Amino acid sequence: MPVTPVLTWRWNHPGVWSIDTYQRLDGYRSLRTAFELGPDAIIKMVKDSGLRGRGGAGFPTGMKWSFIPQGDGKPHYLVINADEGEPGTCKDAPLMMTDPHSLIEGIIVAAYAVRANRAFVYLRGELIHAARRLRQATAEAYRAGYLGRDILGSGFDLDLVIHSGAGAYICGEETALLDSLEGRRGQPRLRPPFPATHGLYNAPTVVNNVETIATVPFIVNNGVEWFRSMGTEKSPGPKIYSLSGHVARPGQYEAPMGTTLRELLEMAGGIRGGRRLKAWTPGGSSTPMLTAEHLDVPLDFDSVMAAGSLLGTAALMIMDDTVEILPVVRRLTQFYQHESCGKCTPCREGTSWMVKILSRLERGQGDASDIDTLTDACDNIFGRAFCALADGAVSPIVSGIKYFRDEFTAAATARAQNNGSSATTTGNGAAAGGAPAATPGAYAGAH
Amino acid sequence: MALTEETRAAAREIIARYPAGRERSALLPMLHLVQSAEGCVTSEGVEFCAEELGLTAAEVSAVATFYTMYKRRPVGDWLVSVCTNLSCSLRGGEEVYRRLSERLGVGHDETTPDGKITLEHAECLAACDYAPVMTVNYEFFDGVDPDTAEGIVEALRAGERPTPTRGGPLCTFAEASRQLAGFADPRPQALAATGYGDPSVAGLRVAEQAGWDGSGPYGTTGNGAAGTSAATTTKGA
Repeated sequence: MPVTPVLTWRWNHPGVWSIDTYQRLDGYRSLRTAFELGPDAIIKMVKDSGLRGRGGAGFPTGMKWSFIPQGDGKPHYLVINADEGEPGTCKDAPLMMTDPHSLIEGIIVAAYAVRANRAFVYLRGELIHAARRLRQATAEAYRAGYLGRDILGSGFDLDLVIHSGAGAYICGEETALLDSLEGRRGQPRLRPPFPATHGLYNAPTVVNNVETIATVPFIVNNGVEWFRSMGTEKSPGPKIYSLSGHVARPGQYEAPMGTTLRELLEMAGGIRGGRRLKAWTPGGSSTPMLTAEHLDVPLDFDSVMAAGSLLGTAALMIMDDTVEILPVVRRLTQFYQHESCGKCTPCREGTSWMVKILSRLERGQGDASDIDTLTDACDNIFGRAFCALADGAVSPIVSGIKYFRDEFTAAATARAQNNGSSATTTGNGAAAGGAPAATPGAYAGAH
Repeated sequence: MALTEETRAAAREIIARYPAGRERSALLPMLHLVQSAEGCVTSEGVEFCAEELGLTAAEVSAVATFYTMYKRRPVGDWLVSVCTNLSCSLRGGEEVYRRLSERLGVGHDETTPDGKITLEHAECLAACDYAPVMTVNYEFFDGVDPDTAEGIVEALRAGERPTPTRGGPLCTFAEASRQLAGFADPRPQALAATGYGDPSVAGLRVAEQAGWDGSGPYGTTGNGAAGTSAATTTKGA
């Protein structure tokens, strides 16, 4: 059974959140190595490792770092995207709550490599215990001389601020995050220019996910070859897979990139109650749903894409055969409706109308043309907004119709069967979200 | 509660965290600060931030109204947030929300008449493996069901402070908001309160059963392939 604890290896050590324990467990060792090697060698090492961003997009980390112009005389910034909020995604929160120094160690190495003297962790506001532990860890790192002026005699200076957000999923999008960090509404920016040249305060900026940055010290300590001994050629290394929903033992399972759902389910005790798998997301709600046909798809960036979905954050939401797909799709669409920042018309208006259509289908008040309308709306939203939230918003609907069209059709024909009655056709407690929204505003205001 | 000279001093401390000329970055933490002082973001709070940062009240309001954690009406002593997104719904999150809403007689973003509890639906709280979850002033109560959730809320109404599953012992909304503004939690027991339960270490348990000795990351010296060979030596580090 493939299982490779790397980023998670210290999580069950009591007190690892304190610097003394962390250092006893090999903590901060990578700093000295990094300072000996120099920034360019670190960038090369991360490039050679093949590390790809763990925040969802899978962009090669070393390449991202090498886009930062050097010797340009401008300040550079490192910003950590810790705004974890994609439904199903729950890997960065436990990392920061249990092992905060592992993130700070990665930040120091990464900032040194890209010549950034200021770093920010943009932390999801609700994660107050993570904030508490990260702030304490930051203070301890300053006292130990790992942050501040002339770190360990290297001549490198770094200041780190832990910045709590205030409840907006969109701030996980990197340019919206930067606007939010500048004290504005979190709305995405037009690209190009990209953050590598025009990021925070219009200066060269690297934005990386928590898991990505926490991986870096392990590469520095153990080498490229060790890292590449796990995972696949194009998606090397370990990955934290997060299993939730109808599994016997939900949780965090760190395994080599390319592990399959079948293998992960075996680790997690299978589907709860011995039932059958019906649908799952490979990487959070924004990644198209897959089915039991895809149990053996290797869960790495390229293989999942070839199977018609995306690895995303490797957040596997598992649904068994008691689940009705329409309420699932409606509930996720309500999420995107609520979280759409409103900047782009197709996303703002589209998500809102799609919730209305899905809700009326669910109430047995729709008709067959609704399925075509939904498909058409999705076509007109995908790729027509500033950021990927809009693309993610259509994933549940498009994949739901693709694999479970009969359930949509059955709902669409329920009107005739009901003789036009508006009686609800759902209410099965096993479905996601017990009641269809009679008024789409029923969930408005939630985060 | 009001905005005092102490609030102003705290605001300036926040502003000093950001580069010179980039003071506006302090706005989100400052909104948490004024919320801490006044129980919600009031028009005085907006004016205060605008004045300190050289912005207009309209600019500050535009930001304050964008984010769900800034409240426009006073929050009760305890903000109870129930996740109803997919992973929690699959395991009963909607039923938890409905029960609390019935028992408290309030809906989303509403406060009980005694001013004690504000209830809200929350979107995904990044704890899907602990589903269904709820938070009280942002501390986690994991794996709740309608009965346990009701018990937690009844305890709060009775003046007790039930212990979160993960996160610090409960503190008031004002105290929590102050921490969100970036100030340290003064309670050592809060820092020491556990950050993980079984789901966070589920994979580690599997690795241990497969022969990983737990003395270092997978595949480092003496700590070889879990599942293929049991590690026998400890890792020198």
